[in-house]
Amino acid sequence: MRFGVVVFPGSNCEQDVITACRYLGLEAEYVWHADTDLSGVDAVVLPGGFSYGDYIRTGAVARFSPVMGEVVRFAERGGPVLGICNGFQILTEAHLLPGAMLRNRGLKFICSDVALRVERSVCQWVGTPAGSVVHIPINHNEGNYTADGETLARIEANGQVVLRYCEPDGTRAPAGSAPNGALDDIAGVCNERGNVFGLMPHPERMVDPEASGTDGQAFFTTIVERLAAV
Amino acid sequence: MASYEVFVTYKRGIFDPPGATAERALANLGYDEVESVKIGKYIRVVVQDRADGLSRVREMCDKLLANPVIEDFRIVEVGEGRG
Repeated sequence: MRFGVVVFPGSNCEQDVITACRYLGLEAEYVWHADTDLSGVDAVVLPGGFSYGDYIRTGAVARFSPVMGEVVRFAERGGPVLGICNGFQILTEAHLLPGAMLRNRGLKFICSDVALRVERSVCQWVGTPAGSVVHIPINHNEGNYTADGETLARIEANGQVVLRYCEPDGTRAPAGSAPNGALDDIAGVCNERGNVFGLMPHPERMVDPEASGTDGQAFFTTIVERLAAV
Repeated sequence: MASYEVFVTYKRGIFDPPGATAERALANLGYDEVESVKIGKYIRVVVQDRADGLSRVREMCDKLLANPVIEDFRIVEVGEGRG
């Protein structure tokens, strides 16, 4: 089981993902965005950062990097794909995930720890029981998730809403718990099949208890256990 | 050569954070007549002459310059020599 972590020009969290995987005893290697070979890889991670300077829109240019054609085919075959922060933005631009990202409601870049509620979903990357609250940092300027009403109803009905921003006790504030203004407090969504997952928080930063905490570990280990069980 | 001006704006119903901020700021400055402010993008594309020039620019917008999930775009041909 090997993770391939795609490096776009302007990615800056690829080393964190590799370090997190290796800390957990998982194999992980870089995949350069201009490569088109994913044959040695069992799961793909699109890391955080500012690919192509976030020009035009976040993820809009990275979506056309040579490797992305292969990532789309990998996802269509059922291969597991995880997009973290800018990786999530790229997955929405590539239409592998529903919705789109807007600037944060308060126009501020937000870097803070947030509470997240795990929702009941079809996501293959998450095994944490629904209703659990995990604490993971966010670090972004465009995490204000949006989708039209029809899409929101569909992803909700299909179990594609994976994570929601919440209060520390797991409830949602009446005015919304998303610090960035995200629609319906949505912090992470998956595709219908559950193999493609995007989230704005950075689980790779919550893996080592000496440095931060362990709430992010399951976001990498669950998929490994599931693939091993197949 | 032909020049095209592209205006990219959020679709109706999509919240526009910079526009809402400008709207509040103008109200604070006393411009009580302001009903709404929307902020979008202006892009100028200069291309070599070809019969399907406009439809190609439209394609560029669909593919890259705008995100059809949240944005609309309007293309204005501004003619030769103004690139």
